[in-house]
Amino acid sequence: MKIAVLVKEVPDAAVEKRIDSGTKRLDRSGEKNLNPFDTHAIEAAMQLREGGAVQVDEIVAVTMGPESSKSALTKAVSLGADRSVQLTDDGLAGSDVNATGYALAKVLESESPDLVLLGQQSDDGECYAVGAVVADHLKMPSLTQVVKLEASGDTLTCERQAEYGYDTVKVTLPAVISVGDAINEPRYPSLKAIMGAKKKPLETKSAGDVGIDAGKVGESGSKTQVLGLNPPPQKASGELIADADDDIDGAVAKIVSWLDERKLI
Amino acid sequence: MAGILVYVLAKDGEFNKNSLGAISEAAKLAGQLGGEASAIVVGGDFADDKLATLGAYGAAKVYKVSGPEGLAQPAVDAMAKVMTDNGLDVALFGGGLLGLEIGAGLAARIDAGVTMEATGAKADGGKIVVERPVLQDSQIVDVGFSGKAVVIGRLNSFEPNDGVGAAGAVETVDVEFNDFSLKAELVTRGEQRGEDVNIEDADILIAGGRGLGEKDKFGLCEDLAGALGGAVAATRAVVDAGWYPYAAQIGQTGKTVAPKLYLAAGISGAIQHKVGMQASENIVAINKDPNAPIFEFSDLGIVGDLHKIVPKLTEAIKAKKGA
Ligand SMILES: Cc1cc2nc3c(=O)[nH]c(=O)nc-3n(C[C@H](O)[C@H](O)[C@H](O)COP(=O)(O)OP(=O)(O)OC[C@H]3O[C@@H](n4cnc5c(N)ncnc54)[C@H](O)[C@@H]3O)c2cc1C
Ligand SMILES: Nc1ncnc2c1ncn2[C@@H]1O[C@H](COP(=O)(O)O)[C@@H](O)[C@H]1O
Repeated sequence: MKIAVLVKEVPDAAVEKRIDSGTKRLDRSGEKNLNPFDTHAIEAAMQLREGGAVQVDEIVAVTMGPESSKSALTKAVSLGADRSVQLTDDGLAGSDVNATGYALAKVLESESPDLVLLGQQSDDGECYAVGAVVADHLKMPSLTQVVKLEASGDTLTCERQAEYGYDTVKVTLPAVISVGDAINEPRYPSLKAIMGAKKKPLETKSAGDVGIDAGKVGESGSKTQVLGLNPPPQKASGELIADADDDIDGAVAKIVSWLDERKLI
Repeated sequence: MAGILVYVLAKDGEFNKNSLGAISEAAKLAGQLGGEASAIVVGGDFADDKLATLGAYGAAKVYKVSGPEGLAQPAVDAMAKVMTDNGLDVALFGGGLLGLEIGAGLAARIDAGVTMEATGAKADGGKIVVERPVLQDSQIVDVGFSGKAVVIGRLNSFEPNDGVGAAGAVETVDVEFNDFSLKAELVTRGEQRGEDVNIEDADILIAGGRGLGEKDKFGLCEDLAGALGGAVAATRAVVDAGWYPYAAQIGQTGKTVAPKLYLAAGISGAIQHKVGMQASENIVAINKDPNAPIFEFSDLGIVGDLHKIVPKLTEAIKAKKGA
C-alpha cells in the first residue's frame, strides 16, 4: 500500500501571525515550520507501516507551497516519509481552500496513493476542510478528526468524535483520512534521520505538470475574496495575576476575594 | 430563483439546535437577498409533519432524502442535487463536525467558495458577505464570493427562532448516491465514553485540560468543585485521552454551557473550546503560559502552576466557608 501524507509549511508557533492589510493575505515573512498537526499524520503512516497489519510500501510527503516549503518536506522525510513531492507555481499563490484542495488532488492523482493522510487543521488557515475537498475531487470516501485508525486488508476502521459522541466508521480504500491530534504522540526525528533527509528524493512539479486548470487556482481562480479586515470587538480586558508562582498564598487570597466579591463562594 | 439551502443535522428523531439556528439565519438572509430559505434532512426516517415544523424556523421548503445518516458524503450528493435542480446558490450550516465535512465536500462538488467559522452573514448589494474570525480570533475578515457560496457557521453563532414562518412544504427527493459516498459505513454513532455526568445544570464549573498532566490529577478539579459546590468539566484533549467522560466535555463537539462561574485549570482556550463556554458569567483561568489564548477572554487570569495553586485555593475556600 502506498500512503501520501499532505503537509504544509506554516509560520512558526512563536511568530505572531498577522494579515498583511495590503494583500489581505497572511504575512509569511517570519520563521516557518512544518504544520504541527501534520506530524500526527506522518506518525499515523509510520504506525501503519510498523504495525504490520498491512504492508506499507511507500510513504510520500506532498505539499503545495512556495520554494521555501521544501523545508517542511525535508522535515516530513526526517519523520519517516520515503520521498517527497512539492507542487510550486506562481500561479497557485493566493489559492483559497477549495482551489488548494483541487490542486492537491491533481498532484495526488499523479501519485495514485491507496491512502491519503492529512492533519486536522493547518495552524495558519484553520479551515479543517482540505481533506473533504481533496476527497471529493479524487472520488474517495473520507473522514476527518480520526483519533483511532486500524487497517485490515482494504478496510480501515476509524473512530472519531462528532457532535453526539464517538463514531466508529468502516472505510474502504482508497480513502482520504484526516487525523486528530489525539491519535498519537509523534516521535522526534533521530539525528541520523535529520542528516539523511536532504538526500531522499524530492520532486518539484509545476501546475502544468499535473494538469491543473490555471483558471481554477490562484487568487483569480478562487471563489472567495477577502473584502475587508477588521479588529475584533474591543472587550474590557480582565484582571490578571501575573507570576502567581512567586507568591502562591497571595495569589490564592486574591482569587478568593475576587470570587467573594462576586458572591461565588 | 436565488435561494439558501440549510443542512439539518439530526439524531434520534431530534433536530440539532445549531441547524435550527442556521435556518433562522438563512431566512433572514434570504429575505435580504430576495429569495427563500429551505432545509434538507438526509436519513433519520422523519415523518412529514415533523419535517414541516422546520417551517416555523424559516424553511419555506423541506427536502427529505432517505439515505445513510451521520456521514458527510451522502449529504454532499443530496445537497448538490437539490441545489442544482432548484437553482439554489447558497448553502448554510450551523457548524459542528459534519457541517465542516459536508460543506467542504459540497464546495468542491458545485465549484463554490467556502467559508467556515462564520459568525455572521449579511447581504451587501445583493451579494452575501460573511464575517469570519481568523488567526485565533485576533482578526475578523469579511469574505465575499464570486458565484456560489457555502457558509459554515461557528457553533452557537445563529440563534433558533421558531416564530419565523408557517409549516414548511415537504418534498421527497430521490438521490442516487455516488459509489464512493457509500464506501464509508457507520458502525456505531454517538457513543458516550465514560459515565454520564451532568454539567449543564451546574452554576459553577471547574474545567480541567491537558495541563493537569495526568488522569488522576482531575482529583484537584473535583476537590475544588466540591468546595465550591460545583461540577467538573473537561476539554476534548483530555476526553480523547480517556482522562474524563465525554459527557463532561465542553465545546464544538461537546456541550455548550453558561454557568455563573467557569474556572479553567490547564486549558489553552482553543476556539473549539471557547464556543462552548464563552457565555459564562465569570471566567477564571489558571495557566502557566502567559500567552495562552484563554487569557484573551477571561475575567480573571492567573499565570501560574495549577498544581500549586488549585490545592491551596480549595483549602482557602473550605476555610472561608467554614468561617
Ligand atoms: C473539529 C474540532 C472539534 C473540536 N471540538 C472540541 C470540543 O468540543 N471541546 C474542546 O475542548 N476542544 C475541541 N477541539 C480541540 C481544541 O482545538 C483543542 O485541541 C483542545 O480544546 C485543547 O485542550 P486543552 O486546552 O486541554 O489542551 P492544550 O491545548 O494542550 O492546553 C493545555 C494548557 O495547559 C497549560 N498548562 C500545562 N501545564 C500547566 C500547569 N502545570 N499549570 C497551569 N497550566 C498548565 C498549557 O500552558 C496549555 O495552555 C476540537 C477541535 C476540532 C478541530
Ligand atoms: N498547501 C498545502 N499543502 C499540503 N497540504 C496542505 C496544504 N494546506 C492544507 N494541507 C493539509 O490539509 C490539512 C488541513 O488544512 P486546513 O483545511 O487548511 O485546516 C493540513 O493539516 C494539511 O495536512
